[in-house]
Amino acid sequence: MTARTVYADNNATTMVAPEVVEAMEPFFTTLYGNPSSMHLFGGQVKKHVEQAREKVAALLNADSSEIVFTSCGTESDNAAIRGVLAAYPERRHIITSRVEHPAVKNVFQYLGKNGYRVSEISVDRLGRIDLDELQEKLDTDTALVSIMWANNETGVIFPIPQIADMVHRVGAVFHTDAVQAAGKIPIDLQQIPVDLLSLSGHKLHAPKGIGVLYIRKGTHFVPYLIGGHQERGRRAGTENVPSIVGLGVACELAQQYLTEEQTRVRALVACELAQQYLTEEQTRVRALRDRLEQELTSKAIDATVNGDTENRIPNTTNISFKYIEGESILILLSEAGIAASSGSACTSGSLEPSHVLRAMGIPFTRVHGSVRFSLSRYTTDDDITYIVHHMLAIERRLREISPFGRDEIDAKQARSSH
Amino acid sequence: MWDYNEKVKEYFLNPRNAGEIPDADAVGEAGSLACGDQLKLMLKIDRATEIITDAKFQTFGCGSAIASAAALTEMIIGKPLSEAEKITNKDIVDFLGGLPVEKMHCSVMGQEALEAAINYYRGKSPEPLEERKRHIVCECFGVTDEEIIRVARDNHLTTVEDITHYTKAGGGCMSCHDKIRQILRQVTAESAEKPAAPSGVRKLTNIQKMRLIEETFEKEIRPMLRADGGDIELIDIEGNRVLVSLRGMCSSCVSASFTLKKYVEPKLREFVSPDLVIEEVKP
Repeated sequence: MTARTVYADNNATTMVAPEVVEAMEPFFTTLYGNPSSMHLFGGQVKKHVEQAREKVAALLNADSSEIVFTSCGTESDNAAIRGVLAAYPERRHIITSRVEHPAVKNVFQYLGKNGYRVSEISVDRLGRIDLDELQEKLDTDTALVSIMWANNETGVIFPIPQIADMVHRVGAVFHTDAVQAAGKIPIDLQQIPVDLLSLSGHKLHAPKGIGVLYIRKGTHFVPYLIGGHQERGRRAGTENVPSIVGLGVACELAQQYLTEEQTRVRALVACELAQQYLTEEQTRVRALRDRLEQELTSKAIDATVNGDTENRIPNTTNISFKYIEGESILILLSEAGIAASSGSACTSGSLEPSHVLRAMGIPFTRVHGSVRFSLSRYTTDDDITYIVHHMLAIERRLREISPFGRDEIDAKQARSSH
Repeated sequence: MWDYNEKVKEYFLNPRNAGEIPDADAVGEAGSLACGDQLKLMLKIDRATEIITDAKFQTFGCGSAIASAAALTEMIIGKPLSEAEKITNKDIVDFLGGLPVEKMHCSVMGQEALEAAINYYRGKSPEPLEERKRHIVCECFGVTDEEIIRVARDNHLTTVEDITHYTKAGGGCMSCHDKIRQILRQVTAESAEKPAAPSGVRKLTNIQKMRLIEETFEKEIRPMLRADGGDIELIDIEGNRVLVSLRGMCSSCVSASFTLKKYVEPKLREFVSPDLVIEEVKP
């Protein structure tokens, strides 16, 4: 490992915020009671669990009674999908998008093999969902629609308010996997009528092993984990108290952060400062991401951005480097102390490249060389400079030994020497 | 992240012989852009001696694809064609000290490119596309029955998963899994017909046996006995009987014979020969 490290893989997982670690500590040592117990050891712990529940609810502008703690985002997705279908056994059609996380995608695939009719909605070249196709597929046999809030690979945000309305018109239930959206963009569930929403702690600076399933009041739901009466009977199992408390603090920090960013932006815009690139919803992370993207695409031999740049979570960029392969890029980035991820076949764990980029119709020449950089509020300006410097060198190095696109390297060299 | 050994990493980070030979005598390609890796191998061959005097490669692909190509060039430079053409993917893997099993196809790509280059040099035209198409088993990655049979034979593969790791075949839509199973059954049946290779008991000369036993004592057995303040001495070897004497704490230990039978003997059988019997000789 080199001395310097830059962590730019925050869509995979995040650093636990120091405030979160600090808040969790007593729940391992002194406040170790079981919240279900009748004695004081348990009672005082229960109070903290409920406070955390309120903090999570506040981030989503939901009621705390609608928050169910789970073990991770995947559990939340599984519980939501299976829990709703169990409550509507007469409806046999389910709808999702082609670009979901495996925690949804593979559950739908499984259900498709077990008697359900599954529709997968396409996306266009920019990764935007086809609402006309969704409208066509929705019918009164539809039990559930599950479509993510923001895509983990490209960061593209789907029009959740519109989708929720469309789904409700046929009397179906709407679930959204908001694992990549929560904490990065404001989510107001008073305004947006989703029925169920999944969230994962470790994507927003809480620890791994804690997730949330939001279940709107009045939504029919059959619990997935059966056992004790915890979580008001909606998810059995002794509460993961330290992580719940940690998640509460993480949500509080996320909310503070979102508010500060927005206030700062409003101030800037009000002062009409010369920074014209700051649009109204611009944040510091967004500005860093935009600089990274702009510098890489303008200085690289051939790099293009994947996804709808107008509607994206602010921390994510997915860039394809033509004619070079993602795993090689990641290893060389890692040698320089930089963490990122890729949609190439060699990094997917299977032989198929990213299903998200393929669904968008990105050609193979670009899919295999795609790199996702995902930033966080801990990313600095220096980090961006460091990534740009190394990424450009890596592209050149791998292009030198690639059998494809030799002429373009020479052309780029000629252009930059003028 | 894949678990590459130091040698693979070294060959990826500092690849030897990357580049082009503009006036190459032979060029061979394998893989494809769509599949995520492609290798172009270029050779300079001395016409008189048919010795490969230079080899360079260009690779689009992952770390192990680049390392395999670099290793291959190093393996073949200076070799006559007659020797180079015997190189299999397994030799490339051995040269690199192993590859993760999911990455075996990278070594196969090296072998295929080398074969294509040699065919090119000898003026053999590649199989016509139409003909090749008829033999394709895996549509997703364009793998033919011949290719599957060859890796299965060379590497003693028995499962569909193995074939996927080595050729990618069956790693996409999976609809060819039955066909691959059928091919594997054929290959296994063929190899069963051949007389079984002598297996298990190694034929050792007495000197070899003695050396191996001493080595096993030194590396496997003594460290454990010494930790308990004991030791062991080899007295003699008579056929399969290994006569030993225990020393130090072991000589007075009540569980000494237990140690010999349950620990020392199994070690000797594992590392030297499965028919050895250990016996204690009291001094």
